[in-house]
Amino acid sequence: MSAILTAPAEPVGTLVEARIHWRATVVYGIVGLLALLVSLLTSSGHETTFMVASRSDVAQIAPFALPSRVTGVILSLAALGLVGWVAWLTARRRKAPVWVPIAFGVLVLCVLLVWVMAGNRNALPLTVLLTGALTMSVPLVFGSLSGLLCERSGIINIAIEGQLLGGAFLAVVVASATGNPYVGMIMAPLAGALVGLVLVMFAVRYRIDQIIVGVVLNVLVIGVTNYLFSTVLTANPQNLNSPPRLPTLPIPVLSEIPVIGPVLFRHTIIVYLMYVAVAALQVMVFRSRWGLRMRSVGEHPKAADTVGIKVNRTRVRNTVFGGAVAGFGGAALVAAGLAFTKEMSSGKGYIALAAMILGRWHPKGALAAALLFGFADSLRSVLGNLGSPVPSEFLAMLPYLVTIFAVAGLVGRVRAPAAEGIPYVK
Amino acid sequence: MKLELRGVTKRFGSLVANDRIDLDFAEGEIHALLGENGAGKSTLMNVLYGLYQPDEGHIVLDGQVVRFAGPGDAMAAGIGMVHQHFMLVPVFTVAENVVLGHEPTRGKVGLIDLAAARRMVREISNRFGFDVDPDALIEDVPVGVQQRVEIIKALSRDAKVLILDEPTAVLTPRETDELISIMRQLKEAGTTIVFITHKLREVRAVADSITVIRRGKVVGTPSPHDSEASLASLMVGRSVSLGVDKTPAEPGDATFVVRDLTVIAPSGARVVDGISLEVHTGEILAVAGVQGNGQSEFAQTILGLISATRGSVTLDGTELLGRSVDEVLEAGVAFVPEDRSSDGLISSFSVAENLILDIYDRPPFSRAGALSPARVAENARKRSEEFDIRLTSVQDPLSTLSGGNQQKVVLAREMSRPLRLLLASQPTRGLDVGSIEFVHQRIVAERDHGTPVLIVSTELDEVLDLADRIAVMYRGRIVGVVPAGTNRDVLGLMMAGVPLAEAERAAAAHRTALGTADVLATEGEAPVADAAPTVESGAEVADAAPTADGSSATSDLEEDR
Amino acid sequence: MTADPLVAPTTNPPAAEAERPSMLQRILDASWLTIILAIAIALIVSSVLIAAADTDVQSAAGYVFTRPPDFFSAAWDAIYGAYSALFRGAIYDYQASGVRQIRPITETLTSSVPLIFAGLGLAVGFRAGLFNIGAQGQVLMGAAAGTYVGITFDLPVGVNLALACIAALIAGAFWAGIAGFLKARTGANEVIVTIMLNSISFYLVAYLLTTSLLRQGGSRPISPKVADSATFPLLLGTQFRLHLGFIVALLAAVFVWWLMERSTLGFQFRAVGANQSAARTAGMNVNLMFVLVMVTAGALAGLGGAAQVLGTDKTLQATTAGSIGFDAITVALLGRSRPLGTVLAAILFGALRAGSPLMQTSANTPIDIVLVIQATIVLLIAAPVLVRELSVPHRIAAMTGRYSIKGARA
Repeated sequence: MSAILTAPAEPVGTLVEARIHWRATVVYGIVGLLALLVSLLTSSGHETTFMVASRSDVAQIAPFALPSRVTGVILSLAALGLVGWVAWLTARRRKAPVWVPIAFGVLVLCVLLVWVMAGNRNALPLTVLLTGALTMSVPLVFGSLSGLLCERSGIINIAIEGQLLGGAFLAVVVASATGNPYVGMIMAPLAGALVGLVLVMFAVRYRIDQIIVGVVLNVLVIGVTNYLFSTVLTANPQNLNSPPRLPTLPIPVLSEIPVIGPVLFRHTIIVYLMYVAVAALQVMVFRSRWGLRMRSVGEHPKAADTVGIKVNRTRVRNTVFGGAVAGFGGAALVAAGLAFTKEMSSGKGYIALAAMILGRWHPKGALAAALLFGFADSLRSVLGNLGSPVPSEFLAMLPYLVTIFAVAGLVGRVRAPAAEGIPYVK
Repeated sequence: MKLELRGVTKRFGSLVANDRIDLDFAEGEIHALLGENGAGKSTLMNVLYGLYQPDEGHIVLDGQVVRFAGPGDAMAAGIGMVHQHFMLVPVFTVAENVVLGHEPTRGKVGLIDLAAARRMVREISNRFGFDVDPDALIEDVPVGVQQRVEIIKALSRDAKVLILDEPTAVLTPRETDELISIMRQLKEAGTTIVFITHKLREVRAVADSITVIRRGKVVGTPSPHDSEASLASLMVGRSVSLGVDKTPAEPGDATFVVRDLTVIAPSGARVVDGISLEVHTGEILAVAGVQGNGQSEFAQTILGLISATRGSVTLDGTELLGRSVDEVLEAGVAFVPEDRSSDGLISSFSVAENLILDIYDRPPFSRAGALSPARVAENARKRSEEFDIRLTSVQDPLSTLSGGNQQKVVLAREMSRPLRLLLASQPTRGLDVGSIEFVHQRIVAERDHGTPVLIVSTELDEVLDLADRIAVMYRGRIVGVVPAGTNRDVLGLMMAGVPLAEAERAAAAHRTALGTADVLATEGEAPVADAAPTVESGAEVADAAPTADGSSATSDLEEDR
Repeated sequence: MTADPLVAPTTNPPAAEAERPSMLQRILDASWLTIILAIAIALIVSSVLIAAADTDVQSAAGYVFTRPPDFFSAAWDAIYGAYSALFRGAIYDYQASGVRQIRPITETLTSSVPLIFAGLGLAVGFRAGLFNIGAQGQVLMGAAAGTYVGITFDLPVGVNLALACIAALIAGAFWAGIAGFLKARTGANEVIVTIMLNSISFYLVAYLLTTSLLRQGGSRPISPKVADSATFPLLLGTQFRLHLGFIVALLAAVFVWWLMERSTLGFQFRAVGANQSAARTAGMNVNLMFVLVMVTAGALAGLGGAAQVLGTDKTLQATTAGSIGFDAITVALLGRSRPLGTVLAAILFGALRAGSPLMQTSANTPIDIVLVIQATIVLLIAAPVLVRELSVPHRIAAMTGRYSIKGARA
């Protein structure tokens, strides 16, 4: 990679012969065809019942049933129609608008839901599914925000898993000991910040490979929390491991809106803080002075140094802050009053990293990606309760499979901050 | 603002990069800092700019001793720097790069006032006629414009001293001329300019005063009127023959033929656009052109690192396109990459391992998948002797070698087998004069052996010295192929896209400062720097510089005046 | 001589010639000394945790200012109890009788076998610049394949075992190859892909254990016992569990040494790990190397799975891989990705694994403390400068002015 920036030749009679990338279209096509096949194989007599309201709603909408096969086929054809349009655009070397993959994903998911619940006499509770998707995505959102705060300044943070776990542990213990879940929520970021501090110290001062430090720190946090759980928490569960749950705070008018009201606006304060965090970071990272300086440190630290920005100090501050954000995500893990169990973060830290990459290091993108993974998780738990033809083990694999597909570039090659992972030496 | 350096010393471990340097910069002059690669010029300027702290000595500003804890302090004191490798963030816009570090903000949260930033850029841009779009992304903008952005960046902080580190490395002779005129404008406005370079022609064309640095020490302050030869010997420490000693070429058959080679980038741009050329055995063909016109990609396509869209490249009749890199190397191609540290060598591997980096799987080094360390070591010892590589042990990591010795390792490796083509990209970039001489000699020796040699170089001096024929590349196309000895100004115009015939006419009408210096260099006469014409299209230029009378070594295509 | 894979590549400062360090400098900077000190510091850190969790210590802490000796003796008891149990479980049981006194060391060596295999696999990956965090999944898939062969076929003694091992090797190689292939074709980050594959393999094996492929009759998700002809023969008789897998593991280490240091393939692996661009320009097929490195790493890890099932457990469960995956990462890092270092580190961590059950039953110290010790050792090893800053002898030497903690160069 030469340091001398070279000028691209200006396009002369440009687009005629550039290579066309068909891979994305082919993959979409295959998925669309699979959806169609699956729908056609559904027995024609079956119906899928959807339930949209829950008991506490103002406006009650009765559960409605759709003929499984027909609905599935229609949705698949719509998805294939999108694929056709994408193929037409690709042949003309134009990019499909951003909403197309999202719409395609939604259609395929609907086909999946219709198929999985076909003939099942239970209704599929959509509100529960969507609400679950949101709540389960919260730790992922905070985790990926943490990841991007660190990586945009040049530090690769693989220790998100440990930060989530540490934050959850501290939140549980403090909330149990004080009897106040809010105090637990406020203390959780400290654990994450501590892990972040160790990570950045090793990365900046001793210049150890950041991925390795991250992985080892995760092992360390697992060891420490497991150990303390097995000794201190097991000895005294009432005082130290029975946190009260964070109360749900419905927003007055908004939460009464049918269907989406309960899904979006009837949550604990952590979820609302998540909305604020994503919006605030989206603005601050790209339009504020702090954000510009942080990104310069992550893209071209030498350039930042030559204008007087302190590279390593920025990295330390960002990583500690990022660690705190991930620690807060750990508090979200236990917001429902869950007791601490060993390794309760169960890989969410790594999924958060995938969400960050999928979201191209933008807070908005990370939110969307985290929602996707949260949806997969929520689907697994809902289907597990309702019974489905798919064995539970395969449902359990779902979030991880989705992550692999996401990272394997279904969304094209991504560009990470240019200087991430490389320690800065004058 | 009077700026002085008193006894500045900077060490890196046991290497003394700057040794008790005393320097005086008079106000409002263009002061050139001359020295070969590795002499310590950049280090000194980094000390001045606050990037490094001096181990001993002081910086004195207007009579007061000052300490710069970092570039912020230096900038606040009025020192600005335009770096050799641009300090611009590729994914940011021009405006964002210019205001980075001193952003205008709105509101308590610190949101950047983009309108104010754009105004800042336009105002300075218009003052010098730069024509730079504040919202363009740096990575989309050509190199010449990037340099202007660097200059705007420095000026936006009210620089009273402007340091330019090797600014002409990426410019055509015409753009260099424009830069020289910008420097003069700044000088008239009262800015002191410190101009770091290793190029003698430029120094004599533009400097008011010169300081020569060698091996970290100041060795002299010659006058710009001194001859090139004396400047060169001061710079290197011994008498230097300027130019390469070579017998005329005796070209044979055209064994390396390129036909209609086209490479299209994923963005749709034609990076290499229908190139056709041939190289004969026993000749050196140099591809000249400013960085960024597709030469690097051209070389990489021949090697097989980049796939071509169309065309053919044949060596001794065998088609090379579509083959893997390994097969191309096997076919007898030797490749000296343009960036040796990232593409040519592995710095953590030993010297011996680097010497077999692309031939490890051939006898005698390996058999049936197993390496023979003894033979690898023996090969290393032989090559180090043959190429005079200075080292302690062949098992030492490559990073312990100097830049010149590292390039010798690359050459030793590539030239240690029978070759059908030598392809070298920027073969002497970053090397000291001694190493440059060595490399040139070996290239000429390979040519005399009968091997066709294809050099890609952005250093016009090197092209003029080495080449038997010159192909000029511009925007992916070959503008023309001319014989050695073609006038520098003609080449310069061709490098900007002007076809040969028109270039010859135009060059005769408008001599650039460097072109004039070229003509006179061999005479040892002083160019009258201030009277050298600047280029203005269409205007009649009064040429006050004395002309040589037919006895120059440049082409006979010049017009007499 | 290649650089330490633990230390990140940096942007280059100007090259400085190395001074010849003094004798004192060289002794105090020696890596074996650093390792010993790192282990010592890790044990100290863990002692704090052990003491803090002990109920006697906690109650004595309540009145530490009035009767200090109680606190310190309680702390000492807790720590001594834990470590002596560890010693007795891992090395030499002085409380047992007769030949059983050396059983602990055999347990240590037995525990180290899967760690050696998986650690070697990871070491190959690290030196090629690939962060293969997927040893867990590769071990499990290897174990599953080996189990399948072991319960399905009934072949003569050597053949059955060999076939089972080959199946394990192929399964592990395939599982890792997925990540390698995705990286080569799509540039997918191998850290995330391998970690996801870990979880997927867990659920996949759990599912297979409910199907006829691997199921024992009954509802417990555990496979039938593998045929005797498919198990590794015991080396020291039936009193001890040390099996042939240990010898095979040592042979594997020798093979990995030869592969990385003497073969052309290993030369390419190392080149790709050190500088991908230069490797590509030198004609090496970097994408193919990604796949081959992962396949090799997976094959070794798969053998580790075979060793676990066919040597020790004899049955397969979804949790067979246990914590081998992460343990192996710490082994490879401590061993600096070199075969000899990996073997020694595997034996050290094998000792921890062998001794921890006794720590748990005899001294009430949960086995999770082992994770803390391991992770701390690796972090310290990665930062020798930190070890020296924390070590008292080094600080004293630095005060004399003739020794520099940061090393010979400034």
